[in-house]
Amino acid sequence: MATRENSNLEVMKTYKLFIGGSFPRTESGRYYPIRKKNGDLLANVCLSSRKDFRNAVVAARKAQSAWAGRSAYNRSQIIYRIAEMLQQSEDSLVQEMVSLGYTPKNAKEEFDYSVDYLVHYSGWCDKFSQMHSTVNPVASSHFNFSNPEPMGVIGAFAAERRALIGVLEAFVPAICGGNTVVLLASHKLPTCSITLAEILAISDVPGGVVNILTGEREELLSHFTSHMDVNAFQIWDASKEESFVIDQNSTENLKRVRLYKSSIRTRLSPYRILDLQEVKTTWHPIENISGSGASY
Amino acid sequence: MTKVDFNSLDIRRKAVDQVGVEERCARFKSRSIKKDAKIQGLKMALNMIDLTTLEGKDTEGKVRQLCHKASHLHYSYDGLPTVAAVCVYPSFVKLAKSLVSNKGIKVASVATAFPSGQSFLKYKIAETEEAVQEGADEIDMVISRGKFHQGEYSYVFDEIASVKEACGKARLKVILETGELGNLDAVYYASQIAIEAGADFIKTSTGKIKPAATMPVSLVMLEAIRDHYFRTGKMVGMKPAGGISNAKLALHYLIMVKETLGEAWLNNQWFRFGASSLANDLLKQLVKQESGMYQSANYFALD
Repeated sequence: MATRENSNLEVMKTYKLFIGGSFPRTESGRYYPIRKKNGDLLANVCLSSRKDFRNAVVAARKAQSAWAGRSAYNRSQIIYRIAEMLQQSEDSLVQEMVSLGYTPKNAKEEFDYSVDYLVHYSGWCDKFSQMHSTVNPVASSHFNFSNPEPMGVIGAFAAERRALIGVLEAFVPAICGGNTVVLLASHKLPTCSITLAEILAISDVPGGVVNILTGEREELLSHFTSHMDVNAFQIWDASKEESFVIDQNSTENLKRVRLYKSSIRTRLSPYRILDLQEVKTTWHPIENISGSGASY
Repeated sequence: MTKVDFNSLDIRRKAVDQVGVEERCARFKSRSIKKDAKIQGLKMALNMIDLTTLEGKDTEGKVRQLCHKASHLHYSYDGLPTVAAVCVYPSFVKLAKSLVSNKGIKVASVATAFPSGQSFLKYKIAETEEAVQEGADEIDMVISRGKFHQGEYSYVFDEIASVKEACGKARLKVILETGELGNLDAVYYASQIAIEAGADFIKTSTGKIKPAATMPVSLVMLEAIRDHYFRTGKMVGMKPAGGISNAKLALHYLIMVKETLGEAWLNNQWFRFGASSLANDLLKQLVKQESGMYQSANYFALD
């Protein structure tokens, strides 16, 4: 007999895409089911098409220069804000991970690590560039210095077996350095990525800076890697066949490619930010080298 | 030219069914155009562009750059058409003419105190004559929207007729600035006035006011052209301008023209796009059709 408590109709959540700061359905109208361990339907999620990807790249390109133009300090504040908003959604996200098959302990561990991960990179935003910048000794009367600049729009395939940290890895170091990102979430564990998108939408992250698609790697790989307006591509746990396609397509616009292996405690390092930066060297004419007695 | 009295003409205000217009426009957007038809459509749209620069900050250098772009759209794509015309302020007509006249590209000049149109008729006529003398093939004039709102329709009519006379052989495009007219009934009425007064083209907007060209407004203007054609057998051209910046939308416009007016209007003699960034998007889509890869703005010249 139904009691008053469980007589409420269950409202199932619609998981949509995250493009340009809004949540559209896939233009293809396709979806695929995600099931709980016991076989019950957890959700239907969008099966993105190449047009969704194309729209996401347009949104990412549009957002890129303004995002890179913000002060590094402000980017840092915004990434810290994501951590704050993530923290307050702990219960629902951990529960969602459990329904995807995580043990409660593993879910909690990955969640806590994700929050730490965001806080860690928020700190790097206004520090990595002085770490990686140099003043170079040259044999002419120039003041010569190099500093990292964002590459632009980054395509990413997130780790297949990490529902939450996998998504963060795929965009946080990138946006930390002023890039914008189009990422494809894990095929089997996609729901956390869209829940995370809802958190991004209320974290002062400007629309288009992070764009999240759900769907199949195989269908979208050639489009991600051949698009001329994507400046770099990063992928977690690529198969041999996948890396072959990536190598072949990325030559067209000399896309930078980064292949990573996923792990439970992914690496925390400012070099992850540098992976998606171009180094610009400036030759600034000076009249008199070492006129003031300085060493360069 | 004998002067026509506006009040003697049979121009009546017509109530436009706005809901119907919007539904019709939504249907144009549902057509699917692929492969060969798409390539043909993209090239056709490219050939209909009035490549435009109308900024206070325009310099001779900018106009030179625009004229170069008009005739060299892409460095490697074979068999591309040129754009239809370049559209500039009167002071740049001579320069533009010297740069593109041997390439089959026309020079259009705005005139009549563009974009506001708030000046004296004698100066508007003088400006038009000067622009034509400098070599303009086409004149884009603005109507006096203020007078239109005051109900002085005969003033608006006479002004267009006088400018048309000043144009001589140059074709006259009449800008209604639909974003300032208020509603579709007014758009239809203003279209009729412009057509009766001798417009060779009617044009939606200056590009300085939002909203600029929209599909519903353009459809109403196309219908005014069609109604006039059925009454008199005379063709009038159409030029939507402002806000059409991507290839998909341009194809939707071509569909709208074909289904409203027919094939006869599908060439740059009778249909134009007033645009600047549209050209690059059309080129991107053409190269994408050829290579299969989505393109980046990095590989296309600025206009």
